[in-house]
Amino acid sequence: MFFLPALLLVGFNAFVPIFLVFSYSLHSLFAALPAEYIGLEQYRRLLSDPEFLESLYRGLFFSAECLLIEIPLGLGIALILPKKGLAGGIFMSLIAIPLVVPWTTVGLMWRLLTQSIVGPIPASLSKVGIEFSISNPVHAFQTLVLMDVWHWTPLAIILISAGLVALPKEFYEAAKIDGARSWKIFRHVTLPGLKLPLLVLFLLRFIDTFKIYDEVWILTAGGPGSATEFLSIFTVRLGIGQFNLGYGSAVSLLFLYAVLTVSFILMILLTRGRGMK
Amino acid sequence: MKLRNKRTIYATILGIYLIFTFLPIYWMTITALKPKSEITRTLTYYPHRFTLENFAKAFTEPLWMNALKNSLLISCGSVTLCLMVGICAAYAFSRYTFIGDKHFFFWLITNRMAPPAVFVIPYFMIYTTIGLFDTILAIILSHTLFNLPLAIWLLVGFMNAVPKDLDEAAFVDGYSFVRYFRKILLPVIAPGIGVTAFFLFLFSWSELLLGSVLTAASAKPVTVALLQSVSMAGIDWGLIAAVSTLAVLPGVVFVVFVRKYIARGFLAG
Repeated sequence: MFFLPALLLVGFNAFVPIFLVFSYSLHSLFAALPAEYIGLEQYRRLLSDPEFLESLYRGLFFSAECLLIEIPLGLGIALILPKKGLAGGIFMSLIAIPLVVPWTTVGLMWRLLTQSIVGPIPASLSKVGIEFSISNPVHAFQTLVLMDVWHWTPLAIILISAGLVALPKEFYEAAKIDGARSWKIFRHVTLPGLKLPLLVLFLLRFIDTFKIYDEVWILTAGGPGSATEFLSIFTVRLGIGQFNLGYGSAVSLLFLYAVLTVSFILMILLTRGRGMK
Repeated sequence: MKLRNKRTIYATILGIYLIFTFLPIYWMTITALKPKSEITRTLTYYPHRFTLENFAKAFTEPLWMNALKNSLLISCGSVTLCLMVGICAAYAFSRYTFIGDKHFFFWLITNRMAPPAVFVIPYFMIYTTIGLFDTILAIILSHTLFNLPLAIWLLVGFMNAVPKDLDEAAFVDGYSFVRYFRKILLPVIAPGIGVTAFFLFLFSWSELLLGSVLTAASAKPVTVALLQSVSMAGIDWGLIAAVSTLAVLPGVVFVVFVRKYIARGFLAG
C-alpha cells in the first residue's frame, strides 16, 4: 500500500521507457517517417559500426585512466592523513567540497581554467614549453581525466579513510612485535583489510566514468572531432541530434546492458561482503 | 629527526593536494569579481579592479532570473515528490517483508546506475506525446528516475536505525498510525530526511542532459542556460563565473555541517 506510488512512478519512468527503447530498436525509425520492422538488423549494423566501437573503447580507456589515478591517489592521501584531531577533520571537510559542486559547474570551471587569456592553464604550461590548447585531441582528453580526478578523488579518500578507521589495531601491534617492515605491514595487513572499500570504489567509479555526460558535454561537447565522444554522447547525438531514433535505441540498449552487467556484479559482491542492506 | 622529516613531507603533499582542490574554485570566484575588460585583456591572478557587477547582472537579467527560478522549482519539486513517495516506500521496505521486496530493492538500485542517456529517446517521445514537453512537470517527473531510488535507499537506512520497540510503544499508547508517523517517526529521522533532501536537490540541480532534451524555452533550467551561453560566440565569462559561484555556495555550507553522511550519499549515487 505504501509502496504503490513508488511502483507507479518507477513503472512510468523506467519500465515503460525500456519497453519503448526495445521496440524502437527493432524498427527503422527516422524522425517522423513511418516505422518499419527490421528485427535485429540494427544490432548487426551496430557491432560493426566503427563510430560505436571507437566510442566504446574510448570510454573504457577513459574509465581505466581515471580509476588508475583516482584510487591510488586516494589511497595515498588517506594513508598519510592524520587520523585524529582537529587538523584531520578540517582537512576532510575541505577536500570534500568538490563532491558537492554541481556537475555542470565542474565542467564550466575547467572550461574556464583551460581557456586561453581567461584561464591560467595555457599560460602556465607555455612557460614550461607546452602549447596547451583545448582543441588538441590529446589535451582535451587529458583535461577531462584531470577534471574527473579533481571531482572524485575526494570520494576515494573519504571511503578509504573510513575503511582504515575500521581496521583492528591489534593486527598492527602484532605485526610490529613480529618486526615487520612498514611495506610488509601495508602489503599484508592494510591492503587486505581495505578490500571492501576498494572494491566498491572500483566498481562505482567505473560505472560513473563510463556513463559520464554532463561535464564532458559542457567542457568539450565530445570534440575536437570525436576525441572525447563517449558512449552517452554518441547515443544522444544519434537519437536527438540526428533523429535516428531506431538506431539510437539499439545503442541505448547495448549501453544499458553493459552498465547493468557491471552493476549486477557490484551488487553481488557488495551483498556478499556485508549482508543484505 | 627522521620522524619530523616524514611529517613535513606528508604535510607538504597534503598542502599541494589542497591547493589542487581549491585552485579551480578560486579561479572561478576571482573571475566573477573581475570587470569584463580585465577578464578579456590579460591574465591576472587576482582582481585588480574589484566589482560586483557580474553578480548584479545574474540577478537582474530576465533570462537568468527565469532559468534560476525554473531550476529552483524543478529541484524543489523533485525533492518534494521523491521525499513523499520515498518515505512511504522506505517505510514499507524497512518494516514489512513482502513478496519480491529484495528484488524490487535491487531493481531500484540498478535504476540509479543506469545512464540517463539511455532514457533520452523514450522520454523525448513520451513527454512529447502526452503534451508535457517543455514543462517543469516533465523534468520533475524525469528526475525521479535517479532521485527516487536514491531517496528510498538513503531513507531505508535511516529508518532501519529506528528501533521497532518505538513503533510498538506508540501503538500500545493508543497512537493512530498517522499520529505515530507524524509525531514519532518523522521527528526521529528528521536529520536523515534533511540529508536526503540535500542530495536530491544536488542531483536535480546539477542535471543537464534530461533538462536539455525535454525543454525548448520556457521551462529551461539554469544548467541548460549555462550550456547555451558557453556555446555562443563572445562568452561573458564574468557572468558565467558569477552564476557558477552562486551554484557552489549551498554545497559548501552543507559539507561543513554534515561531512559524515557524504560518503553514504555518493555511494548510492
